[in-house]
Amino acid sequence: MSDIKGDPTPPAHPAPAPVLAAGDHAVDLNSYIRLCGVVFLVVVCTTSAMIAASFAHIGEGWTLKVALILAIAVINAFLVAGYLMHLLSEKKLIYTVLAFTVVFFIGLMGLTVWATNGFPPGTASH
Amino acid sequence: MEIPYIVELRPDTGIYNAKLGIWLFLASEVMLFGGLFSAYVLLRVGAEPGMWPHGWLDVRLGTINTLLLALSAITTLLAWAACKVREFGKFKFFHAFTILLALTFLGIKSYEYHDKWIHYQIDLAGGNYPGKIADGHLVEKSADFDLAKKTGSVTLHGRFVDDARELMDLRRPAARSARLDEITIQAADIKKMENYGPKHNTFTAIYFTLTGLHALHILGGTLVISYLWGPGSRMWRRDPERFTNRIEVSGLFWHFVDLVWIFLFPVLYLT
Repeated sequence: MSDIKGDPTPPAHPAPAPVLAAGDHAVDLNSYIRLCGVVFLVVVCTTSAMIAASFAHIGEGWTLKVALILAIAVINAFLVAGYLMHLLSEKKLIYTVLAFTVVFFIGLMGLTVWATNGFPPGTASH
Repeated sequence: MEIPYIVELRPDTGIYNAKLGIWLFLASEVMLFGGLFSAYVLLRVGAEPGMWPHGWLDVRLGTINTLLLALSAITTLLAWAACKVREFGKFKFFHAFTILLALTFLGIKSYEYHDKWIHYQIDLAGGNYPGKIADGHLVEKSADFDLAKKTGSVTLHGRFVDDARELMDLRRPAARSARLDEITIQAADIKKMENYGPKHNTFTAIYFTLTGLHALHILGGTLVISYLWGPGSRMWRRDPERFTNRIEVSGLFWHFVDLVWIFLFPVLYLT
């Protein structure tokens, strides 16, 4: 457990100013709390929308339903990545790293979709 | 030897080294989970028509876990923000919540796993229901129950069906309104008995693999966050900026874990 008791403010840094030297994001705690409240509300709404879509009668089969539910999940993911992970205001290098990831991920999923009906002879059960 | 750029920004990258490190790690994690999602897609589209399960998982529990993780992602961010504005007490408060939420998530996940572990499908060979399938949760096994020796009996809370296909889509009105009773089956009448563990079918295999790997990430993240909340927080006294960076890096990992769940939940529970 922590050995810090009483006032935990480090003696070497007595001023209560925000720590900005290492960071790239200026911080105001109250505005963060408001932002988080909004993000959580939207997450609750999108989660409810996914559940509603899952039980609603949308087209025949699951294809349209799955597409709709995943589209809502992408909105959810955008909120988390964009606001909570600060991806909307990150450095160029991180965007570059993620651009490579996106390319490889799309390639992986593209190969998956391409291969879905390509069963080698004798391996498909139907 | 002093490690460079753990607090100050590296001039050529514009970020401190640990932050670049965690993003590179997360990029590799995307590909790890991406491979498993790819396997999921192939298993699902390769399943025989009507043989991919629907409604096997409890949407209510999945929803609660989704909200718990979303809330923990928020408390993680607020813990970091509290460090940034030098409010150590608030950091402790927010991260205590993160740990609590993470442990609750793992508790619910364990309950779900247990529920699958005691859920059995029994193919019957004889007795009153030859050729039928008994499906339900284990109530008890008699003391002398031994499937190999064909002795004793097993009691389930469940129902009989004629075909395994009837067990696939539990969202069908007929499946939802099915009456469940306590049914006792003699071991001598059992052809095959199997719980809903990973080897039951391809759905349970990919379900346990995906959620198991995700749960391991939750466990690992919880250990790191607990360390930073507890003994690791000593660093706050001597180097608050470096400590704040550690909170940011662990927070980025935690948000990634939340991101993965954002896709696991609809893919496994809702579709």
